[in-house]
Amino acid sequence: MPSEPVLQTDKIIKYFHEPVKFKVLDGISIAINRGEFVSLVGKSGSGKSTLLYVLSTMDTDYEGRLKIDGETITGQKQNSLATIRNEKIGFVFQFHYLLPEFTCLKNVMIPALRLGKYSYREIEEKAYHKLEILGMKEQALKLSSKLSGGQQQRVAIARALINDPLIIMGDEPTGNLDSKNTDIVFDIFRQLSQEEKQTILVVTHDNDFAQKSDRIIEMKDGGINMRL
Amino acid sequence: MKRNNYNINSYISTTYVISQRRLTLIASLGVTIGIAIYIFMISLSSGVDRFSTASIFKNTSHIKIYKNEKISAPLIDNDGKNIGVIINPRIVPESDRIVNPLQLIDLLNRQTSVQSVSPQVSANVFYAAGKSQISGHIVSINEEADRMFNIGSTIVEGSMEDMHNTANGIIPGVGVAEKLNARLGDNISITSSRNVTKILKVVGLFSTKNQGTDDTKSYVNMPVAQQLLAEGPDYVSVINVNITDYDKAVSVARHFSFLTGYDAEDWITANESTVASEDMRALLFSAISFSILLVAGFGIYNILNMTIKQKIDEIAILKAMGFQGKDVIRIFVQQGLIIGLIGMLLGVILSSILIFLVSKVYIGGDIGFFPVVFEFSIFAEGLLFGLIITICAGYIPARKAANVDPVAILRK
Ligand SMILES: Nc1ncnc2c1ncn2[C@@H]1O[C@H](COP(=O)(O)OP(=O)(O)O)[C@@H](O)[C@H]1O
Ligand SMILES: [Mg+2]
Repeated sequence: MPSEPVLQTDKIIKYFHEPVKFKVLDGISIAINRGEFVSLVGKSGSGKSTLLYVLSTMDTDYEGRLKIDGETITGQKQNSLATIRNEKIGFVFQFHYLLPEFTCLKNVMIPALRLGKYSYREIEEKAYHKLEILGMKEQALKLSSKLSGGQQQRVAIARALINDPLIIMGDEPTGNLDSKNTDIVFDIFRQLSQEEKQTILVVTHDNDFAQKSDRIIEMKDGGINMRL
Repeated sequence: MKRNNYNINSYISTTYVISQRRLTLIASLGVTIGIAIYIFMISLSSGVDRFSTASIFKNTSHIKIYKNEKISAPLIDNDGKNIGVIINPRIVPESDRIVNPLQLIDLLNRQTSVQSVSPQVSANVFYAAGKSQISGHIVSINEEADRMFNIGSTIVEGSMEDMHNTANGIIPGVGVAEKLNARLGDNISITSSRNVTKILKVVGLFSTKNQGTDDTKSYVNMPVAQQLLAEGPDYVSVINVNITDYDKAVSVARHFSFLTGYDAEDWITANESTVASEDMRALLFSAISFSILLVAGFGIYNILNMTIKQKIDEIAILKAMGFQGKDVIRIFVQQGLIIGLIGMLLGVILSSILIFLVSKVYIGGDIGFFPVVFEFSIFAEGLLFGLIITICAGYIPARKAANVDPVAILRK
C-alpha cells in the first residue's frame, strides 16, 4: 500500500486585500511524503511565508484544500486546529520566541504539558533529552533570556521537537545563525527525517542548505516554479 | 486522555505574577484598600443603623394598636352633586378608647407572628415642684412592658420589684427627680390634664442617658395611670405588640388593623424620617464603597492590559504551539485572580483591624462605644463583590489576548 502524503494541498489560492487586492498564492498544489526533508525557496515576496502559515493551520483565510496526515484541515474549527498544531506540528521561526521568564527546560516542556500525553516526570526527561540532542543540556536550568542568539534558537528547535511532531516547519530558522550553528541545525533536521521519519519543511534563503536537502520547492509570484 | 494533572496555564500565570512582583503588589494593594474600605464602611453603617433601630425600640413597640380620634361624619352622604350639606365636624367624644381590651389582647396573643403584647396607659401630667410646675408625662408599667422595652436595665436606683410591691409607687427619670429634688422614698405630687392629683412614692430612678426622656418621663403602675385619667380599670390607651420579625412590621400591622378594626401603626411608619435617613445613609455608604472597589478593579484591568501588550509575542507563540483561546483566557484571568485574592486577603485583615480600633472608640451618652458590627455576612458580601470585579477586570483584557491572531504577530 503506497503511503499517503503527510502534507497535501489542492489548488490553494489566497488574496491579500490591503492595501489593494492581490493574489498572493495562485493555486498551490503540493504533496510531501513522510520523512521528506523539503526546502522552500524563492525570491523575497514570492509568498513562501504566506504558504507556510496556511500549511501550519494558523492562517485559515484561503481557498482550496489542505490535508495533513490524511485529515482534511480546511474548514475545521479554531480549537481543533490548535489541537492538531499541538500534536502534529512543530514550529521554528527566524526569531526564537522563547518565553523569557522561564528556564530553557520549562520552555521546551510547555507544548508537552499542554498536550498532557505524558506525566510531568516523563515530559521533563524528554525535554532534557531534546536539549541534549541540540547540545543545550548544560543550559537547561538557565533563564532563556540569559542565552546567546544561537543557543536560544537551538532551545526553540528543542521545543518544536518535544511532542515528536509529524511535521517540523521552519520559516528561515537559520536566518539569524552563523554557518557553524546553521550546520548543526541542518544535521539535526537531516537526522530527524532519516531516523525518526519526521517530515521537514523549511523556508530558506541559504542555497547550500537547500541543495543538501531531499527536495527543493521554488516559489515564484505566488506559484510553484516548475523549472526544477 | 490527559495523563497528568499539571496545569500549565496556572504555571504560566503564576510565573507572570512572580516576575512582575512590584506591579502585582501595587495592584493588590489597590484591591486591599477597596475591600477594606468597603467592609469597614458597611460595618459602620450597619452598626449605626442597628443602634438607631435599637434606640427606636427603647420607646416604640414593633406595632402600636390604638383607636384613632374620629371626626363626626355628615348624616347625609355628600356625593358633591346636588345638595350642599352644611356640616360642622368635631371629634366624637369618648371615641378614643379600645372596647374590651382584654379580649383584644387575647386575640393578639393567639397570632403566630406575635412575640409579646403589652397594654399601656399614658398621660400628660404636671409634676409639682414647690410653687412651680414641671410638665411631663407618665407611662404605665407592667412586666410585659418591662420586658418589651428593657426598662429594668435603665433603673439606676431602687428596683422594679419595689414598683410591683408599691401600688402608689413612681419611677421618675433622673432629670425629673433632680428638678423636684426628690430622693428614693420621697413623695411627689402629680396632676393630670383631667385635674386629678395624686401623691406618689419614689421607689426607683431610671436613666436612659437621653436628656429629653430623663427630664420628663416617669413610670407608674397601670391603675395609677388609669385613675389619673379618671378612667376605670378596663381603660387602655394603646396596646403595644412585638412580633417575631420586626422587618415585616408593615404588612403585619396592616393585617392587625384588618383583624381588630383598630388602627395599627408599625414602627417603620411611626419613625418614617429616621428610617428614611437610615436607608439614605446605607445607600450612600454602599455607593461610595462600591466605587472604591471599582477603582481597585481598574488597577487589575490596567496591569493585565499592560502584561498582554508586553507579552503579545508570547501569546502568539503559545497559540501557534496549540494553546486554545480558552487557555489564554485562563492564564490571564488567573493572573487577575491571584492579584485580587492577595488583595482581598490583606483587605480582610485591614478591615478587621479598622473595625476593632473603631469599636474601642468611646462616644459617650446613650451611645457608649462606637456602634460598629463585626459580621461575617458583610465580609462575605465584600469578598463576593471583590471577586466579581476581579473576574471582570481579568476577563475583559484576557478575551482580547485570546483573540490575538498569531499569524499577524509572528510574520513581522
Ligand atoms: N498581511 C499582509 N497584507 C498584505 N500584503 C502582505 C501581507 N503579508 C505579506 N504581504 C505581501 O505578500 C507577498 C508575499 O509575502 P511573503 O509570503 O512574506 O513572502 P516571502 O516570505 O516569500 O518573502 C509580499 O508581496 C508581501 O508584501
Ligand atoms: Mg518570508
